[in-house]
Amino acid sequence: MTASWRLLPFLVAALVLVPVGVVVASFFTPANDVWQHIVETTLPFLLVNTFWLALGVVSGTVLLGVSLAWFTAVYEFPGRKFFSWALLLPLAIPAYVTAFVALGLFDFTGPIQTSLRAWSGSDLLWFPDIRGRMGVIIVMTLAFYPYVYLLTRNAFLSQGKRSLEAAQSLGQNRQRGFFKVVLPMASPWIAGGAMLVLMETLADFGTVSVFNYDTFTTAIYKAWFSMFSLPAASQLASLLIIVVFVIIVLEQQFRSRMRYAENKKSQRADRIQLTGWHNFLVTGFVVAVLFFAFILPVTQLCIWAIQSLSVDFDYARYLEFLWHSFVLSGLAALLTCSIVIVMVYAARRHPSLSMRMAVRTATIGYALPGAVLAIGVFVPLAWLDGQLSDLALQLFQIETGLLIQGTLIIMLIAYLIRFMAVSHYPIDSAMQRVTPNIDEAAMGLGLYGWAMIWKVHIPILKPGIFTAATLVFVDVMKEMPITLMTRPFGWDTLAVRVFEMTSEGEWEQAALPAVTIVLAGLMPIIFFMRQTEK
Amino acid sequence: MEPALLQLNSVRQTYGEHDVITGLSLRLQAGSIGCLLGPSGCGKTTALRCIAGFESVSAGEILLNGQCVSSATSSLPPEQRQIGMVFQDYALFPHLNVAANIGFGLHQLPRAKRKQRIDELLNVVQLAEVSKKYPHELSGGQQQRVALARALAPRPSLILLDEPFSNLDVSLRERLSLEVREILKGQGMTAILVTHDQAEAFAIADEIGVMHQGEIQQWDSAYNLYHRPANRFVANFIGQGVFLPGRVIDERQVEIELGILQGRMPQQSASSSEQRGKDRIVDVLLRPDDIVHDDASALQATVIYRAFRGAEILYTLRLTSGDTVLSLVPSHHNHVLGEKIGIKLEADHVVVFDQIES
Repeated sequence: MTASWRLLPFLVAALVLVPVGVVVASFFTPANDVWQHIVETTLPFLLVNTFWLALGVVSGTVLLGVSLAWFTAVYEFPGRKFFSWALLLPLAIPAYVTAFVALGLFDFTGPIQTSLRAWSGSDLLWFPDIRGRMGVIIVMTLAFYPYVYLLTRNAFLSQGKRSLEAAQSLGQNRQRGFFKVVLPMASPWIAGGAMLVLMETLADFGTVSVFNYDTFTTAIYKAWFSMFSLPAASQLASLLIIVVFVIIVLEQQFRSRMRYAENKKSQRADRIQLTGWHNFLVTGFVVAVLFFAFILPVTQLCIWAIQSLSVDFDYARYLEFLWHSFVLSGLAALLTCSIVIVMVYAARRHPSLSMRMAVRTATIGYALPGAVLAIGVFVPLAWLDGQLSDLALQLFQIETGLLIQGTLIIMLIAYLIRFMAVSHYPIDSAMQRVTPNIDEAAMGLGLYGWAMIWKVHIPILKPGIFTAATLVFVDVMKEMPITLMTRPFGWDTLAVRVFEMTSEGEWEQAALPAVTIVLAGLMPIIFFMRQTEK
Repeated sequence: MEPALLQLNSVRQTYGEHDVITGLSLRLQAGSIGCLLGPSGCGKTTALRCIAGFESVSAGEILLNGQCVSSATSSLPPEQRQIGMVFQDYALFPHLNVAANIGFGLHQLPRAKRKQRIDELLNVVQLAEVSKKYPHELSGGQQQRVALARALAPRPSLILLDEPFSNLDVSLRERLSLEVREILKGQGMTAILVTHDQAEAFAIADEIGVMHQGEIQQWDSAYNLYHRPANRFVANFIGQGVFLPGRVIDERQVEIELGILQGRMPQQSASSSEQRGKDRIVDVLLRPDDIVHDDASALQATVIYRAFRGAEILYTLRLTSGDTVLSLVPSHHNHVLGEKIGIKLEADHVVVFDQIES
């Protein structure tokens, strides 16, 4: 027992590396016709699309996230306390939901343009086309800015005002102090947030498919499910994964810089009171962001959801989607948390360089786009499946059929790889609180082995495990590409339903499943808020 | 009177409905080092931040070189005051190396002059060999000296130091506070320091203001704060000591259980002259060095507690009346608990306060 469980982190690291290896290897497979076709027709287009999208969303989120963080961390204005957590609420709405609400509202046939046309009597040619590149960038910016906001705000809170004062005492005014000291000091956090946004943008499948804006993820999906060429899909995935690797390396760099830049805890300085029109400007800006990123989409969703309930609503089907989502999310949370707990214990008992490397490898999956992971997990398991049924046929003359495909196994493994990092962080932080001294104190009181784990460790770890399970649960519920590509036939979830209805432009039908996902997404944010308020 | 470099006239600072500083007045001459000393929450840091210009004042005024920089109606922005500040956590810029940190306030100087001034300060604080390092690579003491050099660089007219040694090892504090004093004096700087540690205040400052509840209780030299405290708070806060009841004989003599104390009675006692009259009962402050151990003395007291301090032992002694006194005795006079030892009074000044009505 002792020897086997300490191997678990290495096994999990291998489990992560297999799909990565499979996808990377397909980069070197000889090109087939479909691939040739893609390279000639769509690849340059995909590259340009992805480049502008990434650039636009990263600039947008940095601009929005940093300014909001600065206002809420350093200034005092009406409702500041409320807004500083309310600005995180957009995290509860998956980007693809914001996307279809925006389309439904601002499109040519949407209520805004329709009523404007009726009111002005003109054909409204000046109205910007929401379906263009700008539309995707705005929607994703509104959905992803909280990553930059959250990280940067922490940086500003811990060092912002104090370093500004230091600059002032050295003869710099506030504006110059902000650009010469505060911003450069916070840059590792800002860059860290920007890298998270970049990962989310490259991984996104739902938003771009709602907008019909072709990127690598949608191209992978089409190659697999429209052109039925898994090799071509893998080759596309291999290109995407190379970009992702570069980002992972960059992100690790910024993280190590954050460590040394961290200032000693200083007593929090007082906030600067805003007065007069500055007050209106800042409050107005914050309210506008919150309105477009959260209030408007949620209100519209609720309206559509209620409308959809009135016309012969199929409760049985809705409950089936809900049930599928719950089962998947629950199983994934259980599986991920159990494995992470054992991994964290193993790393604690046997700290070594190789163990640290294994844990780090095991938690790299959060950077892998779902569409890439789906292929990386599906290909080797499908091969294994074939081998198994052949073997059964040869040895026992039994027609087993496919054993793995058609079950939830492929999805669960893909979820595990993708969301291990999400659950590792809270459980690992909780484990840090179980210091060696606590163990020694427990042993001194006669508690050993399981009794110690049960009576001492579990109560300390419980909040961390709970947070981890909630985060995984919600993330799986929102997840779209893995579910879409690797689900057993007919196993539709809420997210799949949203995808199918939005691809047909049936906004009202997509609303109720979307509302359900948003409600689930609110849970961890409320927990987080309560924790920080304590 | 000679014009002061810094002058505070009845400064008040209110936070919400709560007065942080109730009425602070002080004068500091150019070239001297002042200190605000007090327990945490007495308003000393707020006072410093008002002088720096980070907090506004609700009443009163702050004058720097005779010019008003803060009043209830106007306030000069911190960056225009030419006041340097050393923060409690140093607030070094982590993205700049030592030389760049020191040069930060020299942005108006041409490159060559800036480099010259940086080099000069690196030598003053003896950090020339680490000039290319980053703050996180330095020890606490080095970081503190960088912070001091950075504040000195633009040649401010005044330097403020907020609890500058509180983040350092206790063993380092004394040496560093003397070092800081030497650097400040060497540069001819005027400075104000804020601290809750008397030893630090005594080591570094020329003049010390003891603060309590937003006011300066006494602004004086270290010697006078210890031996001539203006009120009970200062007497209790500075050093150790006990109060014994005594009977006034005349203006120069008070009788206590241990005999007659002679010396000039301080005039700062708030009581009116008729209350000071003969036979009045007062509280007399006795420091541990006012009571001397003498085997030959007829006066005997019982040892009820002892604290060994290396060179000395601090004895707590019970007198026949049941009152206790403290006595600092060279440590080769080793007595056990319960033992009776001979003591005698040896004080050349008398500190008395009116008895608290109970």
